[in-house]
Formats: sequence, C-alpha cells, structure tokens
Amino acid sequence: MNRFLAFLRKEFHHIFRDPRTLVILFGIPIAQILLFGFVLTNEVRNVKIAVVDHSRDYLSTRLTERLLSSGFFQLAAIPSSENDYEGLFRSSKVKEIIVFEPNFATNIIKEGKAGIQVIADASEPNAAQLIVNYTTAIANDFMRDEFVKDQKLPGINIKVRMLFNENMRDAYNFIPGLIAVILMLVSAMMTAITITREKETGTMEILLASPLKPIQIILGKVVPYMLLSIVNALVVLLLGYFVFSVPIVGSLALLLGEILLFIFLALSLGILISTFVNSQITALAMSGFVLMLPSILLSGFIFPVKNMPVALQVIANLMPPRWFIEINRTVMLKGGGLAEIWPNTLILAGMSVLFIFISIRKFKIRLQ
Amino acid sequence: MINSEPVITVKNMVKKFGDFVANDNLNFEVFKGEIFGFIGANGAGKTTAIRILCGLSTPTSGEMKVAGFDIYRQTEKIKQNIGYMSQKFSLYEDLTINENIRFYGGIYGMQIAKRKARTAEMLERLELTEYGNRKIGDLPLGWKQKLAFSIAILHNPKIVFLDEPTGGVDPITRRQFWNLIYEAVEKGITVFVTTHYMDEAEYCDRVSIMADGRIVALDTPENLKLQYNAANMDEVFLKIAR
Repeated sequence: MNRFLAFLRKEFHHIFRDPRTLVILFGIPIAQILLFGFVLTNEVRNVKIAVVDHSRDYLSTRLTERLLSSGFFQLAAIPSSENDYEGLFRSSKVKEIIVFEPNFATNIIKEGKAGIQVIADASEPNAAQLIVNYTTAIANDFMRDEFVKDQKLPGINIKVRMLFNENMRDAYNFIPGLIAVILMLVSAMMTAITITREKETGTMEILLASPLKPIQIILGKVVPYMLLSIVNALVVLLLGYFVFSVPIVGSLALLLGEILLFIFLALSLGILISTFVNSQITALAMSGFVLMLPSILLSGFIFPVKNMPVALQVIANLMPPRWFIEINRTVMLKGGGLAEIWPNTLILAGMSVLFIFISIRKFKIRLQ
Repeated sequence: MINSEPVITVKNMVKKFGDFVANDNLNFEVFKGEIFGFIGANGAGKTTAIRILCGLSTPTSGEMKVAGFDIYRQTEKIKQNIGYMSQKFSLYEDLTINENIRFYGGIYGMQIAKRKARTAEMLERLELTEYGNRKIGDLPLGWKQKLAFSIAILHNPKIVFLDEPTGGVDPITRRQFWNLIYEAVEKGITVFVTTHYMDEAEYCDRVSIMADGRIVALDTPENLKLQYNAANMDEVFLKIAR
C-alpha cells in the first residue's frame, strides 16, 4: 500500500508541475462550458430586424411592439421601402425584414386576412429558419389574442408545449453532452498520454523491473485522473445547475453511478490506446482524432444521430459518448430511471470490459 | 570478494522473435560479488538477455535462476532483489533529486528511516547534498547517470543490472562512474553490466563476448588477452569478430 501511495504522490507531482497538463485538465473544461454557455448559442436573442410598415395602423403598430418586446428582436432600421433589402442584408445591419402591406388592419377586419412579408438572411440557414419560426409564432399568438377570444376569427388553436425543456434552453442540450466530452478528454486522452510518457522516457522499463505489479502501475497512473475526472464532472453538473439552471429531474445517485461507469470506460479506452502507441504525440493525435472529434460530432451531442446517413449511424453507435449522452438526457431532463437506460448502461459496461480485455492481451504479448 | 556461489545461473537460454533468434542457447553463471561484463556489438543480443533476467521479457526456453529464484515462477522475489538501470536515462526529469529518491525508495518498500539515512549518505558521496531540491532536468548528463546508478542500488539489491550505463558520457565521468561500481561491489552487490566500450571490458572481473546471439568467449580479461595473444580487449574483440 505504501508503494502505491509513493506512486500516487509522484503522479500528482507530474500533474501539478506540468502547465500543459493543467490547461487540459482544468482550462479546457472551463473554456468549453463558457463557450457553449455564452458564445456558441443557437438561441434567438436580440436579432436585429428592420420593419417596413406601409400601413401604420393600430394593428401593425401593436404587432411590431409585440415582436420587439419579446426580447428576441431588436429594431435596427425603419426603411421606407423594402426595395433595398439586399443592401440591408449585405451590410449585415439586419437579419430579417418584416413588411406590412398597406391597409393591414382594414384588410383583416373586412376580409378576414392580411399579408405580412418576412424576408430573412438565409446565408446562415439554421439561424434564418429559427428567426422566421419565432416571428411566425409571435404573429400567430398575436392574432389569436386579438381575435380568437372574441370569436371573430375561426381557426385551429394549436397550443405547443416543448416538454422537458419548455423554454428551449440551449444549456439543456450542452450540459449533458459536455460531461461526456470533458470526461473523454480528461480520462481517456490524459490516461493515454501519461502512460505513453513513461514508455517514451524509458521509465516504464524501470517500473516493470521493480517489485510493483503491472496492475499497480496501471492503477497508479489511472487513479489520479479518475479523481480529477470526478471533480470535473461535478463541476460541470454544479455549473449547469446553478449558472445555467439545468435541472436534475431523475435520481442523482443513478446519474453519478452512470458517470462513474463512463469514467471507468474512458480510462480503459485510454489504457487501450497507450498499449498501441509509443510516443506522446501519437497518443495525443490518436485521442484527438479517434476520440474527441467523433465524441463531439457523432455522439448526438450536436447533430441528432437519427438524422445521420446509415453508415455514419453505424459509426456513431460505436462511440461510447453516444450512449452516455442519451443516459444523461434521460436522467437529468426526463427523470428516467434504470428501466429506460439499462440497455445503454449494458453497452457501456460491455465496451469497458472489451477494452480492458484487449489491453491485457496486448500487454502480455508485449512481454513475450 | 569473489566466491564460487552463483547468484545467476543460465542454462540453455533461448529467445526467439518469430524466426529471428536473439539469444541462441546461452549458458553461464555469475558469482556473488563479481563484475560480470556482457560485451558485443549492437544487436548481438545483450539487451535481450538482460531484459529476460530482469523479468521484462519471457524467454522462449531454458532454465534461469536469479538471486536464487526461478525466473518463471518467482519473478516477484527476483524483482525485490535486483536493481536495474536501462539504456535510456530513466529518472523523472520534472521531479527533484529528493522526490526521485523518495519515489524509488517508496516503490521498493524501503522503511522511511532507512531511506533517509541512505539518501544522506548517497548525496554526500555524490557531492549533491545541497542540490536535493533541484529538478533532475536541470542537471548535467554525467550527474544524472551517477544519480541513476546510485538510485538503482538504493534498496541494496543483491544484483544490479546495468544496460550500457555510460552511453554518451565523457571519459572522466565514465571513470567516476566505474568508481561507484567498485564501491557497490565492496558492499557485496554483484554487478551485471553490458557495454560496447572495450576499455570498460578491462574493468570487469569476467567478460562474456557475444556475437549474433551466441556467447563466443567467456573468461577474465587477462586470460582472454593471453588466449588471443592481444595487447588489450579491443584487439581480442576484433580477433574474435573476424
């Protein structure tokens, strides 16, 4: 046991003495949270629009006020005509132009319908789609509030509820995903690098020639990163809860258990990588391309797996984070329990066992 | 100091990597308290043999005992009783001298009081007492090598294996290094050393010359020089190689 403690002390010296390691361990997770939380947002907020009102009656004015008071839009220009829409978009002054036809109120009251033209800057298609949807929704709401309650305007009254994320908050998406990405980074990548470092510098030989058992060496390398991974996961959860108001609807104990399972899996993946490569640079590249990119792009973190072509779906299914992110969403947001996530849990456990098994085999071959 | 009690016994050691035979039927004994040299060109199979004896690699066949323990079944006991210094420099550059010593003392399970006493003695011998808190990475290569050797025998092993310990070091430092080896031998440690410096072969009690995975000669340097009618080990080696 004392031998093991001596080993752990050495590992923590390595970690806290290497600025690069510290940046990866603590800098990158915090930077990612801040980026996803405050910069890379899909939410519509303060979008600059222009309003061309050919009508200037009480209804067009009130609808305009309704749009601007929603918090999503900000009035940036009031051109007299829509003819120069290209110029407005090109100078990037506005993202959307709303045009009221002449006699807007009169047409609604007399004929029961009136036109609004919405022109959006679709050079950013996703954003344009989102902005147009918000505009349409607000306009429909407005019409309903003005007329349906007086039963003047017949029509289907659709009330939408976005369940589990009523306000369509981005944080609900990125916090569960970010836990997976950060754990991959800290557990898998750092484990791979730290073990490879001992091989590269030749100290691994000395360790193997010492009375330490191979399992003690591996545990000694892995335990510090396991502890740091747990700290990182808790930090993300706490930031999610207190800063971004992401709830944990389901069982906290279950969530923590699943996080531990994923940490174990990521560590075994790191060990596996270290049995294949001999230099830190290769370990870094392997982890970067084999782990990080797919865990961000193919895990369902950003792009839904179901929308991918079949070939990519197959690859995505091989990515551990894909199953883990699903678990996180189910437990954190939907309040699901083991009844819903046992297949995912089983897959993660199976992957861990497989990685450990291959690592042990590779290690034995190396000794021969 | 040398007596006839063998601390390493090797019978019919064979190591194959696929079709390549790295060690072809080696037989030798190393006696307690001697400096046993393994001499040979690069690729002659020296490192392979030393790695097997240290438990870093398993032999294809043969019977071997190190420090009285069987190499197949008692690896753990062997490891507790040997020290090993590899070709690559192998202290942690980002740790200080004291931290490295503490670590190696720790993984060999040394008692703290004993480790502290040995550390003080060792640093004084190396004239490094006041540099205990310097990082290894900041030290010149010669110091590092001497330190690595001293740490390899910190736990007072029965045998220390040195795999080309003086590679890339200047002649003066090599001489100082060999003084440390002699001091270790006086304490009763058996030294198993590989080298391709022929002047170092002269410092050994017995040398075994390897070529193409086989031992082609094994005797004291004096006897070998007589036998091959050579002025020094360099000539012996050239005559054998021819």
